[in-house]
Amino acid sequence: MAQSFPEDVLEHVFSFLNYDKDRNAVSLVCKSWYEIERLCRRRIFIGNCYAVSSEIVIRRFPDVRAVELKGKPHFADFNLVPEGWGGYVYPWIVSLARAYPWLEEIKLKRMVVTDESLELISKSFKNYKVLVLLSCEGFTTDGLASIAANCRNLRELDLGESEVEDLSGHWLSHFPDNCTSLVSLNISCLGSEVSFCALERLVARCPNLKTLRLNRAVPLEKLPNLLCRAPQLVELGTGAYSAEIQSDIFSNLAEAFLGCKQLKGLSGFWDVVPAYLPAMYSVCSRITSLNLSYATAQNPDLVHFVSQCSNLQRLWVLDYIEDTGLEALAASCKDLHELRVFPSDPFDAEANVSLTEQGLVAVSEGCPKLQSVLYFCRQMSNAALVAIARNRPNMIRFRLCIIEPRAPDYLTLEPLDTGFGAIVENCKELRRLSMSGLLTDRVFEYIGTHAKKLEMLSIAFAGDSDSGLHHVLSGCESLRKLEIRDCPFGDKALLANATKLETMRSLWMSSCSVSFGACKLLGQKMPRLNVEVINERGLPDSRPESCPVEKLYVYRTIAGPRVDMPGFVWTMDEHVSSRLSRVTERRGD
Amino acid sequence: MSPENTKELLESETSGGLKTELTLGLPGDSQVQKSGIKRGFTDVVHLNDAIAESQPHSKAQVVGWPPVRTYRKNLMKNGKYVKVAVDGAPYLRKVNLEIYSSYQDLLTAMGDMFTCLTICNVLNERKLMDSANGEEYVPTYEDKDGDWMLVGDVPWKMFVESCKRLRLMKSSEAIGLGSAAPSTPSKGSSISC
Repeated sequence: MAQSFPEDVLEHVFSFLNYDKDRNAVSLVCKSWYEIERLCRRRIFIGNCYAVSSEIVIRRFPDVRAVELKGKPHFADFNLVPEGWGGYVYPWIVSLARAYPWLEEIKLKRMVVTDESLELISKSFKNYKVLVLLSCEGFTTDGLASIAANCRNLRELDLGESEVEDLSGHWLSHFPDNCTSLVSLNISCLGSEVSFCALERLVARCPNLKTLRLNRAVPLEKLPNLLCRAPQLVELGTGAYSAEIQSDIFSNLAEAFLGCKQLKGLSGFWDVVPAYLPAMYSVCSRITSLNLSYATAQNPDLVHFVSQCSNLQRLWVLDYIEDTGLEALAASCKDLHELRVFPSDPFDAEANVSLTEQGLVAVSEGCPKLQSVLYFCRQMSNAALVAIARNRPNMIRFRLCIIEPRAPDYLTLEPLDTGFGAIVENCKELRRLSMSGLLTDRVFEYIGTHAKKLEMLSIAFAGDSDSGLHHVLSGCESLRKLEIRDCPFGDKALLANATKLETMRSLWMSSCSVSFGACKLLGQKMPRLNVEVINERGLPDSRPESCPVEKLYVYRTIAGPRVDMPGFVWTMDEHVSSRLSRVTERRGD
Repeated sequence: MSPENTKELLESETSGGLKTELTLGLPGDSQVQKSGIKRGFTDVVHLNDAIAESQPHSKAQVVGWPPVRTYRKNLMKNGKYVKVAVDGAPYLRKVNLEIYSSYQDLLTAMGDMFTCLTICNVLNERKLMDSANGEEYVPTYEDKDGDWMLVGDVPWKMFVESCKRLRLMKSSEAIGLGSAAPSTPSKGSSISC
């Protein structure tokens, strides 16, 4: 077999393989294919930065051009992961800088990125092109200034929804006058004003700019200046969409939008003044992606605008859309793939809008291509869930958040087991599921039985016993990520399914009933798992074995226990038993 | 139990054979959990009632619930949002007072929001009317001191500053409502913008 094709022919064939799954499969065929493949793999995706070390990556793949890394667990988005937990990118950047001088792309999600890291990136790579920072934190606008100043061929700078310390808007002026390579710029998360002149000149000299997402501080009156200089834009994120009602502002805006014939995606819309929405009517019919999730517009303005976008594929919107708006959406947007409805007032006990399960049912009926849903609401019924499941067997992602924990079917007062059971039974391609409401162990039995393609499951305030967890771990063959909070799941199911955990990326359990003793056992039995306990109250003083842990994060790894843990995180391995028996010891922060 | 015995117990639990209830076999029948997280529905109802009694306007907040990203929460907080209630309507609305620059803007918005209402000028006062039943609504607001006042008497910015919530009150019920200006409404214009 090794003699059948010369190496460069094989390499050429492999160059058509873009998916990691395919490249991984190819490297398992034989030793020579493994060798050839590893030398020509250019893109690396690491779903958990602690699952592997940079040394191992570099040793296997010597010539990489693009790296993607993810750090903190998903529940960090909701403040469940304490500050200082980890996910530092700097050590990775140091290694990558040394090993890959031709690295072009770095994409990071939920990682701690310092200005030092950004400066190192900006100075280490000769042809650096793409920096994407999603939900990251730890850096300031000074770090961005380094990137702007030193990356001559920068194509993409996407700050996602990161938390950036805004020292000054001046960083944008650091892009040199001869920088004309920008294709995508997303600064929507920045709080303070950037220098508008610098922005205008930058936009004007980048003829390939396709994506421009502005921050809130860019005033609406100035938007036409940018649009006129970038009529080729495909995706636009406006700044604040408000101004005093003046006819010249309106006409300038309308005229500028008229010139944007390529525009397919819109976002931004902070502080929206509905009177200005019609300025965009000329582009509506071409819009496929619309993010109105910061737009506090209400009906009828809101639904009127959305209904104009007959080719809409993706809509993110606040619950101001209400059931009536969703019914109109179902009637006018037949190409809809993805719907996300966010709560305008998630912490108020009273409903402030007329958005119920009916809106979602209507969309599931009217939109045959609907496959991805994120929906916040205040009431749900089994009947509605069954209807949705029957209407949309093609559903791939279904995330439902009923705002009140453990809320039952509001019509029958029963648990919502039947409803979610229908979802997993009918939607055979379901890959992601988030559940809420009153749920017993039965729903987990349904999930274990039917959800064979499920990769990610999020559970909160659900279940009665370990049986629930056991059904999921033993039945869901494709499960990669499981995150659980406030459920009565404990030691038995966890230990009974220890080997399952090695087939998954990670398991998160917080405010459940897992004991220190069980975590210790798990860590000792499974050397290729990092069993990390997060206990901000320190190690328990008395009866530590049976004491429940606050939070547990288990993930497979070939890098061994991590060395950058803060004082409130422990890896439960064979070394930990001595620490637990010294019951009065507390590790300092 | 003496420290030596405790140590022995721990060691026997952790030595190779798993002699304790922590086994790697399939779990038996479900046991009642020690930590008491399990709650029946009626328990939750009672608990929620207790919480509701102590905090009439909001439930006790659980960390990280509902799962709304901090980023999104922070961005929504900007602006001055006040609740708007209309007598007889089942749902409250919220308006961001900061996006309006005058009482006229606000009234127009409220007319849009509650589509059954239209603005009508009655004797130089701004009122909203339900054309279906002829009912008139007077915009009122609760100020910082907890008093209910007629909308329109103070300068706009002062109003935005002191308004805590709005209520469109049926005209018939608005008799005797406090007014910021002690003088009669006919003195000068009644609404400053």
